[in-house]
Amino acid sequence: MTSVSIRDLSLKFGALEVLKSLSIDIEDGEFLVLLGPSGCGKSTLLNCIAGLLDISGGQIFIKGRNVTWEEPKDRGIGMVFQSYALYPQMTVKGNLSFGLKTAKVPKDEIARRIARAAEVLQIEPLLERKPAQLSGGQRQRVAIGRALVRDVDVFLFDEPLSNLDAKLRAELRVEIKRLHHRLKNTMIYVTHDQIEALTLADRIAIMRNGIIQQLASPYEIYNRPVNLYVAGFMGSPGMNFLEGEFAPHGAAELSFGATKVPLDRYPFVSDERPSRVIFGIRPEHVTCGPASASEPFSTEVEIEVVEPMGADTLVWAILDGKEFRFRVDGQSEMREGDRVRIGFDPARASIFDAATELRL
Amino acid sequence: MADIQTLNTVAAGIDPVADRMSGPQGARPRRALSRRNIFLYGTLILVAAYYLVPLYVMIVTSLKGMPEIRLGNIFSPPVEITFEPWVKAWATACTGLNCDGLSRGFWNSVQITVPSVIFSIAVASVNGYALANWRFKGADTFFTILIVGAFIPYQVMIYPIVILLREIGLYGSLWGLVIVHSIFGMPILTLLFRNYFSSVPEELFKAARVDGAGFWRIYFVIMLPMALPIFVVAIILQITGIWNDFLFGVIYTKPDTYPMTVQLNNIVNSVQGVKEYNVNMAATILTGLVPLAVYFVSGKLFVRGIAAGAVKG
Repeated sequence: MTSVSIRDLSLKFGALEVLKSLSIDIEDGEFLVLLGPSGCGKSTLLNCIAGLLDISGGQIFIKGRNVTWEEPKDRGIGMVFQSYALYPQMTVKGNLSFGLKTAKVPKDEIARRIARAAEVLQIEPLLERKPAQLSGGQRQRVAIGRALVRDVDVFLFDEPLSNLDAKLRAELRVEIKRLHHRLKNTMIYVTHDQIEALTLADRIAIMRNGIIQQLASPYEIYNRPVNLYVAGFMGSPGMNFLEGEFAPHGAAELSFGATKVPLDRYPFVSDERPSRVIFGIRPEHVTCGPASASEPFSTEVEIEVVEPMGADTLVWAILDGKEFRFRVDGQSEMREGDRVRIGFDPARASIFDAATELRL
Repeated sequence: MADIQTLNTVAAGIDPVADRMSGPQGARPRRALSRRNIFLYGTLILVAAYYLVPLYVMIVTSLKGMPEIRLGNIFSPPVEITFEPWVKAWATACTGLNCDGLSRGFWNSVQITVPSVIFSIAVASVNGYALANWRFKGADTFFTILIVGAFIPYQVMIYPIVILLREIGLYGSLWGLVIVHSIFGMPILTLLFRNYFSSVPEELFKAARVDGAGFWRIYFVIMLPMALPIFVVAIILQITGIWNDFLFGVIYTKPDTYPMTVQLNNIVNSVQGVKEYNVNMAATILTGLVPLAVYFVSGKLFVRGIAAGAVKG
């Protein structure tokens, strides 16, 4: 059953089209992440779902009910904001109960719901404090609690962890995942952090300029990006891109300059064979040293820069006159100027049409 | 291994860094009488004197009797302190036909200032809140018109308002003046509140909407408690502005309802009889006491509020 359904949604500010005829169906209990760079329209889309922005066209359904013209409070949503947006003059308890008091929920019911939310989020000792007396992580927990007490079907998160430091972010990320397992609500989560997206999502929607580029599972998005943009956006360090062309006698081989890569194991999704293509391989899919001999393709490169990052080391090399990055174990000894053998399996690569930028 | 200890001591003795360590260390000493300080405090003292000497003259003169004033030593402290002029200024000085001093004007001013301050701030804060948070259609146009209002000279509007008040039957009454003050306070106060509410994070407003709060509930429960500093600023601006007003007071009221400033003018500028400088001084200080007290009580809050409103506009 679909929980949230967006049909042909569009939003214009004057002449500027922020969202362009966008459609998504979100399953009941699904965790959907809207991912994209700033200005791609992901937060705007979330605000439209919440009813905080009036849309220009299309429809929004929540739990099968058309809520296109409904007020935010009537949509059955709870929202968590990046800046927490806690009411500064109220205690934590006051923050949690504000919405319920507004909705004239009976007192004992309010107390019951606050107790439950406080128990789930472990904020019981903080109930009498003011937001200013809380740490960032505690504040965000209270903000989640405010959505929790409303007993809603859909949770909307607008970059909830972006204001926290890296360590806390990682902790709360796991907590949000745990919360989702426990509550099994539908959650829509906006972020620009791909690690958050990959770790939390059942499905990720990658957005750019108000258009969804790819809507798929994290595995699909990471391993089989549908276009060049998604391939370049996901992964850090990013995918290596090499311009090349198919061998003239068929499509079993791809050549860039003098290098030839066999393609007989590559899973083509299209029958198109354009003249110019872009070949992408992730740095972590490249093997180095003796192990590379067993790969279908291997070659020798010269190391230009070595960036040790603790757990692993990123190596910048020159392949065919182009920059080429690959990732090796953090323990391996690499030095600038060395020549090493690298290899990869073209089946794990992605090939795009250079003109349309679509996956082949 | 006592040798290590010895070695360390010896090593410290010949430490090549040691003589460099004897140079400047820790906080830099500051001389009290540097050129910078003399310049700074000199200017401050000069400016303070510029403002304080007239006040001093006023206070000492108001405490002297007329014979002492005629000696002409305006800076000398009173030989014989008398509160007679203060009593006279407050209770028995004559303005026209009334001989009950400034007390009448004081109560008139209170009756004008209190409702004007409350009414203008109540309306302007809601205006500012609506303009900042509920971006209704035509909000920008409305705001522009309001701001333009702040730049139109009062003199242009005096006569039309006289006619207006006459038509609605409020000309010459305290309530007529209250309405005039409220209207003229609107542009600047609305601007003040709009800028303050614009600096409140938008997400807070959104969160309240998701929580189901409407226009008034967000205003009273969320925004109002957060806007206390700017309310203090508005109250100070309005109290001092309205209390000190002379022009509207003299035009829109009658002798019975003259505010304190107008009465003060009538006492000080009376051409008949001896000029009683001590009474004039006392009357002036009495009139200025209310704004002065407001500044003393709320000076800190005032600065904080101005700064808070100025950060984001």
